[in-house]
Amino acid sequence: MKYKLLTAVAAAAMAAGPALAELTFSSLSYRTGPYAAGGIPFADGYADYFTLLNERDGGINGVKINLVECETGYNTEKGVECYEATKGQGVLVYQPLSTGITYQLIPKATADKIPVHSMGYGRTSAKNGSVFEWVFNYPANYWDGASIAITHILDINGGDINGKKVALLYHNSAYGKEPIRTLEELSKKHGYELSLLPVDHPGQEQKSQWLQIRQQRPDYVIMWGWGVMNQVAIQEAANIRFPMENFIGIWWSGSENDVRPAGDSAHNYKALTFHNVGSDYPLFDDIGKYVIDAGKAAGAGDQVGTVLYNRALYAAMLAAEAVKTAMEIHGTTEITPPMMRDGMEALEMTEEKMIALGLPNFGPTFSISCQNHGGYGFGAVTQWDAEAGEFKLITDYFQSDQDVIQELIEEDSAKYAAENGIEPRC
Amino acid sequence: MPDQLIFATEVFLNGLMAGVLYALVALGFVLIYKASGIFNYAQGVMALFAALTLVGIMKGQVPFAHLINAVFGTHVHYFGWNVPALVAIVLTMLVMVGLAWAVNEIVFKHLVNQEPILLFMATIGIAYFLEGIGDMMWGSEIKKLDVGLPQGINLWIDNVTYNAFGYGFFIDNLDIVATVVAAVLVFTLIVFAQYTKQGRAMRAVADDHQAALSVGISLNFIWVMVWSLAGFVALVAGIMWGTKSGVQFSLSLIALKALPVLMLGGFTSIPGAIVGGLIIGVGEKLFEFAIGPMVGGATENWFAYVLALVFLVFRPQGLFGEKIIERV
Repeated sequence: MKYKLLTAVAAAAMAAGPALAELTFSSLSYRTGPYAAGGIPFADGYADYFTLLNERDGGINGVKINLVECETGYNTEKGVECYEATKGQGVLVYQPLSTGITYQLIPKATADKIPVHSMGYGRTSAKNGSVFEWVFNYPANYWDGASIAITHILDINGGDINGKKVALLYHNSAYGKEPIRTLEELSKKHGYELSLLPVDHPGQEQKSQWLQIRQQRPDYVIMWGWGVMNQVAIQEAANIRFPMENFIGIWWSGSENDVRPAGDSAHNYKALTFHNVGSDYPLFDDIGKYVIDAGKAAGAGDQVGTVLYNRALYAAMLAAEAVKTAMEIHGTTEITPPMMRDGMEALEMTEEKMIALGLPNFGPTFSISCQNHGGYGFGAVTQWDAEAGEFKLITDYFQSDQDVIQELIEEDSAKYAAENGIEPRC
Repeated sequence: MPDQLIFATEVFLNGLMAGVLYALVALGFVLIYKASGIFNYAQGVMALFAALTLVGIMKGQVPFAHLINAVFGTHVHYFGWNVPALVAIVLTMLVMVGLAWAVNEIVFKHLVNQEPILLFMATIGIAYFLEGIGDMMWGSEIKKLDVGLPQGINLWIDNVTYNAFGYGFFIDNLDIVATVVAAVLVFTLIVFAQYTKQGRAMRAVADDHQAALSVGISLNFIWVMVWSLAGFVALVAGIMWGTKSGVQFSLSLIALKALPVLMLGGFTSIPGAIVGGLIIGVGEKLFEFAIGPMVGGATENWFAYVLALVFLVFRPQGLFGEKIIERV
């Protein structure tokens, strides 16, 4: 009896004692609401990569990963609530998955000393790590996207677009307005005529904008849309028979969800990207074996290889690599958020590393430093093949116009630093 | 004809077509408000639910597949058959009638003679429930809806106007179909409300629940009928809007487009919904065309409400709404 009692006490003490060390990540997902179609593949991809590491490798350097998922519904207030509710659990890095949430989290996470990674969204000038110590936006940002679109148009026009008409069709929000300044600066440099066509949220009705496009006949339309705005725009472009190969969406307007409702009419639509497409990589074999077939997928397992699933997988992989870097720097496997920040700031992604991870040519190579939290601004162009039902990468990764963008980043970040009394670090 | 006038004419015609699509959504609100005095917050979600159900049936999707698979460890998603559009529409309508019955039995039967604000709150609950159950039944991914409706530029109009003005007008075939459908729908609903026994009973219930009960009208039957009719209108709206953008959860937001139409046309008039829709559609499109570029564009959402408010200043009950005179 005494032995049984002692065993019970020991078991209770063990249960109440500190948990084994683990690496906690947060997924601010949106599996419900109007934007769920985009949120589900991202949430699945992010979770599946960490599940793979746990199942195949026993975590990162032997430390298991704990992913805390919190539903935001793509709502800024709920996103902030999720942050407040989960930060006490030792979350190493936040991926806010929304420009609105990112803007809210920048001051909060800075005060709490928790890094934020807004990959391809959020505040562009956060690239200046000298001012935004706790925010990272590698490997590319919105202004890179705007420049990459113009560089692509330059490439297909033999380097001369003087006098061409370019229209920006954008979501009438802070997100949609991000590329305007860059496109205006680039129009001065290259001599194209820029017209701006805002679309009010949610973007279900765009007749006015597409009639304007039909009347003004721009040579190219660049789209900065999200959710239903993308699908309606692509359908309207097809309706007015706008040449799809001249219609280029930012990476948030370039998933299968955006083109499928328009059917064959969406053929040849282009979208930017900062990672590769499809599932023809060795890593996906492991995802199949250790995650999908093992019944451990975050969702139904039907999103593997889609554009947004791949983007999330890439985000999770970059987070895991930053953890490894942090472990090397600090010589410990028990990583804290400030250590994670150090790992992110010393992150170096080489092609050798990508090959070793089973993702050859999946993303651009880059390295992060104190001054540069955004990488080198490399991106590529994909094109929708309606018959094959997939996006195909049609260019190599190429760099945005850093001469124009870096100046804008310096200007905007200096303004932020002055407003918030921040002394640049490096 | 000067270019700007030609463009404005094209915008005007497209405004009319857009107005018809707004009116299709507004009609559902009017039907329920007319019969029960309830502002049905769930009308937009009903359009979404109807469209989701229609696509699900057409594609032979297994309802609640994710739930079934999670509980039983199965991997079923599709039955393996496709249902013709017409049959699927009929089956969807049956689902909407079932929904109307359930809404009445579970919710409104217990709220007879309660304050209108309580009934309104109940419809908010129904909206969120339907959105959740729609997600569980059919999933959240964007679905292509193709019931065989034509889409894209009408080439005949394009050619005729090109020959006349040297510029071909863009009119979407889908909008033309929507206009015809809306005209038939409104005509049928007006005939139904004015000349059939059930229609007159519906109007009697709208005037006074208790008086209608006292002359032997079944309140339950009328409410189920009205919610079924609103479900049918929601299905039509869901088909038109879903064909444009794919069936996705933001479809429920089309209700936002109906509110200025209701304010302008009146909450109780079926013709008011159509006329209000046309005025809003044309007004917002012409304003965007003429003034939009000077003020940075994206004027349509707010201008629709401003236009409705201007009308309300002169006719608080809306253009076709019933004037309520209460004697002290």
